[in-house]
Amino acid sequence: MLLYLLKRLLYTLPIALGVTLVSFTLVYLAPGDPLNAIAPADAPADVIEALKVAYGLDRPMPVRYGLWLARAMHGDLGASIATGRSVASEVMGAVSNTLVLASVAAAVGVFIGCVLGALAGYNAGSWLDRLASALSVVGVSIPHYWLGLVLTIVFSVKLGWLPAMGAGPGGSGEWLWDAEHLRYLLLPAATLSVIPMGIITRTVRALVAETVNQEFVVALRARGLGRVAVFRHVARNALPTVLAVTGLQVGYLMGGSILVETVFAWPGTGFLLNTAIFQRDIPLLQGTILVLCLFFVALNLLVDIVQPLVDPRMGRG
Amino acid sequence: MFSVMKLVKHGLIAAPLALALAGGLHAETVARYGISMADIPLTTGQPDRGAGAYQFTGHTIYDPLIAWEANIGTRPGKLVPGLATEWKVDAKDTKVWRFTLRKGVKFHDGSEFAADAVVWNLDKVLNDKSPQFDAKQSAQVRPRIPSIASYKKLDDHTVEITTKDTDALFPYQLPWFLIGSPAQWEKLGRDWAKVAMQPSGTGPFKLDKLVPRERADLVKNTAYWDKTRLAKTDRIVLIPIPDAVTRANALLNGQVDIIETPPPDVLPQLKASGFKLVQNVTPHVWPYHFSTQPGSPWTDVRVRKAVNLAIDRDAIVKLLGGQAVAAKGQLDPTSPWFGKPAFDIKYDLPAARALMAQAGFTKANPLKAKIIIAQGGTGQMLSLPMNEYIQQSLAEIDIQVEFEVVELENLYLHWRSGAKADMNAGKGISAINLGYVTADPFYALTRFAYGRYIAPNGVNWGGYDNPKVNDAIDKIRASFDTKVQDKLLAYVHEQMVDDALMLWVVHDTNPHAMSPKVKQFVQAQHWFQDLTTIGM
Repeated sequence: MLLYLLKRLLYTLPIALGVTLVSFTLVYLAPGDPLNAIAPADAPADVIEALKVAYGLDRPMPVRYGLWLARAMHGDLGASIATGRSVASEVMGAVSNTLVLASVAAAVGVFIGCVLGALAGYNAGSWLDRLASALSVVGVSIPHYWLGLVLTIVFSVKLGWLPAMGAGPGGSGEWLWDAEHLRYLLLPAATLSVIPMGIITRTVRALVAETVNQEFVVALRARGLGRVAVFRHVARNALPTVLAVTGLQVGYLMGGSILVETVFAWPGTGFLLNTAIFQRDIPLLQGTILVLCLFFVALNLLVDIVQPLVDPRMGRG
Repeated sequence: MFSVMKLVKHGLIAAPLALALAGGLHAETVARYGISMADIPLTTGQPDRGAGAYQFTGHTIYDPLIAWEANIGTRPGKLVPGLATEWKVDAKDTKVWRFTLRKGVKFHDGSEFAADAVVWNLDKVLNDKSPQFDAKQSAQVRPRIPSIASYKKLDDHTVEITTKDTDALFPYQLPWFLIGSPAQWEKLGRDWAKVAMQPSGTGPFKLDKLVPRERADLVKNTAYWDKTRLAKTDRIVLIPIPDAVTRANALLNGQVDIIETPPPDVLPQLKASGFKLVQNVTPHVWPYHFSTQPGSPWTDVRVRKAVNLAIDRDAIVKLLGGQAVAAKGQLDPTSPWFGKPAFDIKYDLPAARALMAQAGFTKANPLKAKIIIAQGGTGQMLSLPMNEYIQQSLAEIDIQVEFEVVELENLYLHWRSGAKADMNAGKGISAINLGYVTADPFYALTRFAYGRYIAPNGVNWGGYDNPKVNDAIDKIRASFDTKVQDKLLAYVHEQMVDDALMLWVVHDTNPHAMSPKVKQFVQAQHWFQDLTTIGM
């Protein structure tokens, strides 16, 4: 088990280094000029040249990457070209806002997905299975942007029950887990939960439907085990795969949804990325991508560590 | 049970009680303003995010030496005294300007405004050796004050600025240059990041709270020096909501009281629900800027005139929900610089076809052109539908248009480089579609028409070089009589229209939608708006 953990940890190092390289170079491949973030569109050539020097953009890219990596390894992601604010603080603020949104969306999506998937798998071929499968297909296929707008029009504009946008009456800095703030969370979380719900429903359904037909389940039933006891065995067999899929889905949610966060003006990582992309704010873009990628890597590492605990066969290599 | 009790306690008792207390004790009037930007513009002194940002964190917190009259909507504004009560050019050396500064003005931090502050602020953006130099602020304002060569303090209340050449239009550059407090910068450890959170100007509002990308609270400066411009609302909360539909939903839902640029589709619903729609003539034009360089398909003035006659602008205005006016030139006809162009821009398809035939183009021999456009973005209005409409309209006069669609940020690169650059001419691009601000003589006319500003030396993108126009602009720069200036500017505009320098389509009207709770708002005929006029 220890060897397995060490191996997994070692695998993350080249991945993390690769992530830094990709997140640094990728943004330079996009057309456009990072100085557009600070210079007006009609800035003359001498202003642009002076800015290039001021922001170190006149140096060769390998030099810039080296300097950036050295700073990043010390936790310094530089400052936003557009605002001058520290990228680390910008990203961490946005990550905490997305964490609020993603945790609720993930909890809702995973819970409903597991329940629907289990019901469908246990009753494969029944109307319940068809209903759950239809819901999961809708969940996976429905455009986020459209769903968010429809929910807003119904619950905010027509019924006036919930706020249309924002992260609380005083902004995300004053976030509290109380009823007043949760009202702001409901619509974006519901919108965001639909895709993981759909994917997890399909995954769980397939796993459960396959497992219940295996010989060991027939044997368990033959020995007179009740439905709950049999379900416990089925669930344990399905759990490693569900964990892996859940890990990926939570990773995607942590990346924030540019569309959902923009529709609801939720100040998370998706909203931050949207701003950074359109402004060509390269340090902010690089910092955000890096942190999100590392989050993803860490989450997968966590899943890799947890999986052998629920399924000892995996730890044996 | 505990959590239910907690919710009841927090949600049902505490919140209303707090609201009642707050309302009863302060009776503060608040206007919540949904702005179209993704972030609050820079608050350190020189806002980023273009001309439209000055109304939010520029002319609210700060004042310029010379201001723009933005609290009137029935006519175009004009230059008015700001922190300078008077400005004069030296009769012997017309490059030297002297500014008499307003006495008794204090910054929000309590420090005194005087000549040292003006010089300090000029150093902040023009002198990269000064300790207070800020590259970000400098980048914003340097292109807007290109004439300044040097400056000095004459006494505590007089400052002298010398321009590079004689430039009678120089005062128009100064509403862009805002004055912040040197004392506040010192107090905050010479740290611009801290100044951004606690800025100090002399303006009609103070920044009370800033949450990046979420809100900025501006509170009324009760000690403002111009008593005619005291804010009518105690607090204005700026809330960035970049998505237009979300902004409209927030207004309909009551989360905000006023929004910029409501989407055309939502206008009927807003009107039916009792919301007010305010718009006005705005210095903006949505054109195709032609290349007149050799090899361009637009070198023949008959072709340029034909395309101007081939567009049904009223249909485009309808597409935009009425939030635009049909263009008759670079400027709106109400502008003092519109003049009397001989070429009347209107929808006249037979005349357009006749001009194309004269120029030698027919269905069998169509004119082919590649035009670079943005997929959307600030100032681009409904870029793709409008461009597709124009593409279809031009097909009716035997012009086959191909679009190169890029992001707005990328389009700026193509624009700055000029039509002759390899990234344009080399790729067959012969026109560019970019929304232009036309707020003053430089922005509206001279930067596009003067031969000296042919890109990359300026943004005369297509290389227009008309000796008569160049001569008129030289005279404008040397003339200190406003009437003569206006007459010459009108002449320049007439020439631009008669030469059909661009395909002018529509002018934006900078629409705002507001709830019935907003009782007063004056929309100026400018990108600079005066938020002190908002009354609840």
